[in-house]
Amino acid sequence: MWKRDEVVKPTSGQSTPTGPAVQSQQGGTSAAPQPEARQQIGRDVVNIGKSVVIKGELNGSEDLTIEGQVEGKIELKEHVLTIGPNGKIKAQVFAKALIVLGEVNGNVTASEKVEIRDGGSVDGDIVSPRVAIAEGAHFRGSVDMQRKSGQQGQASPPPRPAAQPAPQAQTAAQVAQPVAR
Amino acid sequence: MALSDLFARLRKDEDGADADAGASDSPVQPTKALARFLAGLGARQQPVLLDLGPVVGSNVTFFGEEVGCKILVEDLSKDIDRHVTQAKVEELQAFFDKRFPQESETIDGILCWDLFDYLERPAAERLARQLTRVLRPDGVLLAFFSTADPRSAIRPTYTRHVVIDRAHLQYRPYQAARAKQRPLLNRDIQRLFEPLRITENFLLKTNLREVLFRKPATAAVAPSAAPPAER
Repeated sequence: MWKRDEVVKPTSGQSTPTGPAVQSQQGGTSAAPQPEARQQIGRDVVNIGKSVVIKGELNGSEDLTIEGQVEGKIELKEHVLTIGPNGKIKAQVFAKALIVLGEVNGNVTASEKVEIRDGGSVDGDIVSPRVAIAEGAHFRGSVDMQRKSGQQGQASPPPRPAAQPAPQAQTAAQVAQPVAR
Repeated sequence: MALSDLFARLRKDEDGADADAGASDSPVQPTKALARFLAGLGARQQPVLLDLGPVVGSNVTFFGEEVGCKILVEDLSKDIDRHVTQAKVEELQAFFDKRFPQESETIDGILCWDLFDYLERPAAERLARQLTRVLRPDGVLLAFFSTADPRSAIRPTYTRHVVIDRAHLQYRPYQAARAKQRPLLNRDIQRLFEPLRITENFLLKTNLREVLFRKPATAAVAPSAAPPAER
């Protein structure tokens, strides 16, 4: 149950709450969104606090900052995902842009860019047209940057589309499928 | 404040200043082999590049955006350091046998930088065997070898090689747990990487030998090469 400390900004014709939605693994032993998850009014940025542990699939249509732990899959294909310094992700990630200050263990696909900042860590393969890795960051894996538009004729097609248009009228939090394990 | 704390702080400040200087004032040196290496990759549409040095953001951008490579970063200096600090250097040989998860003949280019300078002969042989295994026929491998006496170095350092452009590299030293070992002779280098062929060999004024290897199109994979390990 998401508990917000402020009133959610109303969205047109939608009564469902905004914010990332989580469906836990079957059995429900691990998904435990805590009161720390909150939305900052007017900025469409959602935070998942450091005490939150999510196992399953996480979809959303607004920017998200994760300080907690997520295992499974994260899809924010039209938005920016920030993994805060306390964030620990063990998941496949699909986003428009990913900024990593914490730890990511899993493959990352971003349609715009991936930034691994000083102190950030990524173990996995990155597919993104732009990748910035700061000095002091840890990275192990592969980087596949699609060629710039002028050079695309020579390049092989990317393995999979990094971004797809978000379904219309989808609020930030649409409950996703349970992860098959 | 205790005197010991003061000295500790002073020492830390000095170290910090060294680190900063290492990043910004490091020497930029010409390279002749890098351009040839890139030319060797150029024939393929999206070449796969294996970088054995520490991850350098600007290098990833350079090779990814400008050259159009898919880059695999496998920082072996961390592995060497870990083995040294745990006093398990002799296990490096076996470690290299299982270090590379890549399938045989799947890599178009390998950047070894000066990594072989830090290895003793047995470990260097095992690493070279693995690199030869993963390299595609007609693939290229770039390695640097020091010709200077390693004992002249006061503190052991690795070098972060930052690509400035196709003709220049910046050498940024950073702390290492292990010093460079005895320099390899030309003949030893050649034997180490057999069946690769040396196509370019440049001796720079900086006492560095830049060597470009190419795997012959007909080269067979050594039967003793270990299968790819799981990551």
